[in-house]
Amino acid sequence: MIELENVAYSYGGGELLSDVSLKLAAGSFHFLTGPSGAGKTTLLKLCYGELVATAGNVKVFGKDTRNMMRDDIADMRQNIGVVHQDCQFLDHLSVTENVTLPLLVSPKAAVYNPDDLIALINWVGLGKRANATPPELSGGERQRAALARAVVTSPEIILADEPTGNIDWEMSQRLLSLLVELNKSGKTILVATHDLNLIRAAKSQVQARVLRIANRRLQLAGAEL
Amino acid sequence: MRAFWAAFLVLLRGDQSSDRVVPPSGFTFTLTAVSAGIMAFLAVFAMAFSMAAGRLADRWGNELARSSTIRISAPADQMAAQTSAVMRVLETTSGIAFARQLTAAEQQALLEPFFGPDVPVADLPVPQLIDVTEDSTGYDPIGLRQRLAAEAPGAILDDHTRWRRPLVRAASRLRNLGAFSFVLIGAALAAMVTLAATAALSANFQVIKVLRLVGARDVFIAGAFVRRFALRAVMGAAAGTILGMGVLALLPSTEGAGDFLTNLGFVGVQWLWPLFIPILAGGVGYIATRMAALRMLRRLN
Repeated sequence: MIELENVAYSYGGGELLSDVSLKLAAGSFHFLTGPSGAGKTTLLKLCYGELVATAGNVKVFGKDTRNMMRDDIADMRQNIGVVHQDCQFLDHLSVTENVTLPLLVSPKAAVYNPDDLIALINWVGLGKRANATPPELSGGERQRAALARAVVTSPEIILADEPTGNIDWEMSQRLLSLLVELNKSGKTILVATHDLNLIRAAKSQVQARVLRIANRRLQLAGAEL
Repeated sequence: MRAFWAAFLVLLRGDQSSDRVVPPSGFTFTLTAVSAGIMAFLAVFAMAFSMAAGRLADRWGNELARSSTIRISAPADQMAAQTSAVMRVLETTSGIAFARQLTAAEQQALLEPFFGPDVPVADLPVPQLIDVTEDSTGYDPIGLRQRLAAEAPGAILDDHTRWRRPLVRAASRLRNLGAFSFVLIGAALAAMVTLAATAALSANFQVIKVLRLVGARDVFIAGAFVRRFALRAVMGAAAGTILGMGVLALLPSTEGAGDFLTNLGFVGVQWLWPLFIPILAGGVGYIATRMAALRMLRRLN
């Protein structure tokens, strides 16, 4: 699904990532951890073409992102669901309209069943908040709305960047269970988080690999996890 | 060309779902509509000015070209004989449709603006004027002058060439100036819409960011803004055009000044021409916004 080979990324004269290699197989579940500023978000952005590696190769669905045109990257993103820590919604649209944004640009929209949308909104527990606008939502509701938007087109890969960063433990557990459920349905999941408790909780529910970024390099996390 | 019309139809039809991604309010949209309205108002006048100048050029070029004057300056006892001789020459000259002596009353009316109404023209040594109208084939002025010199030495043919040509040239240039003004107004509208679109895109950076995140292509993002701006331009221009046409319709007529002048406005089917201004404004808005949006999206990466 996603393959990074000796990837480096430099910005402003400094190297953020160096010699990073990673292979996300279909249906796998990975956690990416490390201290703040270690490069977790940068690595995720490399995975969905927001950033281009300064060295090495990033292949998504078998295609090198460096050789992709802007439209190719847009098309690629239609098959990757992304959940950001700050969610990024259009504040003048309702939850439902925000969730369906990917359908506006996806060819899958033509075959999308409206009942599936209602089911999806209910699945993330926002059935009663479907007509609310993002500023009216709590942190946890925003994260769940972002997850619903990320999966509305049923993408193969879901990338989540600190999805539990702004929410309480109970809500984090709920979000985690949704991600686990998606993984069990065959989706490839990569979650960047510095919340080690979340990772420990997940390991009891799903077989997940935990990777750590330290000193600009990616490595398997130690036995403490 | 087919792609342009397809895009234009999409513009007219709109796409409610994708158009909703751009926030409905914002000063840039109002600015676009107001600018388009003002520009359309001015464009109506530029168009009217150009068409009026065109009518003048045509009138001076065609009607005056077919009209000549023969002036007979002779002693009083020879005036009648020379006038009769000139009329005989004209009757036998090919290319002349009609020739007529001006009456004393008509000559007095011509002199009235200069000397007042009480001048006894009959007592003055005023030359006799003959109005000559040529037919579609026209006459030979050199040949006619030679015959007049032989038959009536006091007769001088004035075919108006001396002053008609500069007038026609001036009117033609005025017409071109009006057309050029129309183009300048269109360019100013394009610049205004481009600025407004760029400002709107900057103000809606979050919208662009989210749309790119969910996999929207540049043309989709640009399209949402383009439709909004083009429709505002069309609506503003329609209002400006109707206002401009109304003002022109209410302008005082110059009919009392005779055929020499013309009204600043439209005549007959010319009133249909300004109706194209809103369509043109929509086209200008569409192209300007699309170019600005795509340029900015490329720069954002």
